[in-house]
Amino acid sequence: MSTADLASQPAAYRPAAARAWLRLLRSELGLTFLRWRNIALLAVLAVIPVLIGIALRLAAPSGGGQGPAFLDQVAGNGVFLAFLALTIMLTLVLPLAVAVVAGDSVAGEAGHGTLRYLLTVPAGRTRLLGIKYGALLAFCIVSSLIVAGVSLAVGAAAFPVGPVTLLSGTTVSLAVGLLRLLLVTLYVAAAMAALAAIGLAISTFTEHAIAAVAAILVLVIGSEVADSVPQFAVVHPYLPTHWWLSFDGLLRMPIAWGSVGHGLLSFAVYAVIFCAVAWARFTTVDVTS
Amino acid sequence: MSPVPPHSAQPDEVSFGRAGRPSVTSRSPNTAPERPAPERPAPERPAPERPAPEPGPVEADAASAPAIATRGLTKRFRSGQLAVDNLSLAVPPGSVYGFLGPNGSGKTTTIRMLLGLVQPSSGSHQLLGVPMPDGTNAVLPRVGSLVEGPAFYSFLSGRANLARCDAADRTADPRNAAARIGEALDRVGLTAAAGKHYRAYSLGMKQRLAIAAGLLRQRDLMILDEPTNGLDPQGTREVRGLIREIAAEGTTVFVSSHLLAEVEQICSHVGVMRAGQLVFEGTLEQLRDGGVARVTVLTADSDVASSILAGCGLADIQASDGSVSAQLGAQAPEDINARLVQAGVRVAGLATTRPSLEDLFVELTGEGFDVNG
Repeated sequence: MSTADLASQPAAYRPAAARAWLRLLRSELGLTFLRWRNIALLAVLAVIPVLIGIALRLAAPSGGGQGPAFLDQVAGNGVFLAFLALTIMLTLVLPLAVAVVAGDSVAGEAGHGTLRYLLTVPAGRTRLLGIKYGALLAFCIVSSLIVAGVSLAVGAAAFPVGPVTLLSGTTVSLAVGLLRLLLVTLYVAAAMAALAAIGLAISTFTEHAIAAVAAILVLVIGSEVADSVPQFAVVHPYLPTHWWLSFDGLLRMPIAWGSVGHGLLSFAVYAVIFCAVAWARFTTVDVTS
Repeated sequence: MSPVPPHSAQPDEVSFGRAGRPSVTSRSPNTAPERPAPERPAPERPAPERPAPEPGPVEADAASAPAIATRGLTKRFRSGQLAVDNLSLAVPPGSVYGFLGPNGSGKTTTIRMLLGLVQPSSGSHQLLGVPMPDGTNAVLPRVGSLVEGPAFYSFLSGRANLARCDAADRTADPRNAAARIGEALDRVGLTAAAGKHYRAYSLGMKQRLAIAAGLLRQRDLMILDEPTNGLDPQGTREVRGLIREIAAEGTTVFVSSHLLAEVEQICSHVGVMRAGQLVFEGTLEQLRDGGVARVTVLTADSDVASSILAGCGLADIQASDGSVSAQLGAQAPEDINARLVQAGVRVAGLATTRPSLEDLFVELTGEGFDVNG
């Protein structure tokens, strides 16, 4: 915290605050990505695009504009399998993975009792929460990249790949198309990061990780249902899931920032609000587990 | 503070060479297993007299200030339960302080408040002279702790778990982390099992790992919540040895327990909790002195003996077939014996007894089974 605090340490070693943060962050990342449960989650995220690719290869889409966006383009250009996979998995599978990891982040530590040992080290409550969210951000980015990366590879293997025809009708080179895919992937990661903030906040209210995970999923599904009911149109823009699929602006030439900007703003607002809630709760709560 | 020989576990008894009356030597059976008999002469270490707090590893301010000081510390949980009620503790630096109390008397809640895990409803406290909770980040690196049993990641090895604890400590030097972790594992005898997953550890090994986490750095204060809970006699004994070792280095040790045998063997000071309140605080000797000594006479002439004892001015005379006992008060037992013999009482035996610590403990904390809230 303050330098005065550190000055009163008997320890000769006074690490830079940033280095101490990085050390705990590395430990947290190791805990997140070396844990079998999380590896299994990421494996599921990797397998589903493969299944989608195989299914599309075996039963060539009939066309006719039915089914999710990008479905018709896949047969012509494997790159679109990545957009298709991201779209399909954003509905449930990606949020599920994020919900499990985010819900477990604080509640799991509390439930196992490891939280009290971290806090008496002392890890610092604000610092620990910041590290937890940092690791969640990393998980959101990695999981989005896995979906995009695996589906791109499968798409390239199963379908022809070439210059990408954007939604605006313009055809761009494969390199530009892949850059657009990266932007879309980061947009999806941002959507998941907002969800992770909500999950982190919920996670500070319980010591039962499963309850936190369930609460996050109820929220996601509830929001998606509300988003599909026309009578609730007034609240649609404020729903946490409303802007998740609004990345089509990134697939136009030039990029249409309208809805993309709205989406990013929505994610940022949700992230800030719920990180604040998590902080207010976590820095004052009695740790009795 | 007066050094107390922590091994004088027995109440000072003058033995008859005959079976004493049950009321004199009674020990409730439920504590019997926790009292490993062959323990007494700790072989590895001579009676560790508590050294006066010496300047050295302890800082100047810490040497003068109590290691733990609380003033009016109170915790009322949202459920309305009053877990700790107006607690004022003073733990002298360099002491081994036994924090005694039955289960549910508020020991763990107190420890959680001391360590900043739980916010007091009212009152204040200091650790090593630093006001809490403002000084949490400054003072807790100097405090090792074990709170309510071990808790680690089951899918990590013992060594990896300690590395995790060390990584969380922003004042720990990562350059010698591996060495410190190895040393801590060595001190608790876990080196051989350091690579095993935590989930494969026995309860004793888990407990030791928690102590090792507290030993990752040189500490000025160790707060140990029931460190021998769930351990077998060997494990209990090892932990006791470890606590003595830590204390011998000048570290103040605050150890909570409901096991009297444990406390009377290692502690110089005791605080006794009952239903959230501190009912005694002082040295172990002061606790013993608080007990009322009794004199017991074994004789066939119990009627005469009781009247003689009454004549000596002794209170609370209890006569039964073959023996008479009374509160000793300030009388010398040899004088009483002389008067009994003068009066022609055939004295088969005479003994003075103080209540055991357990008797005192039960007297202070109630008979149990009346858990409040």
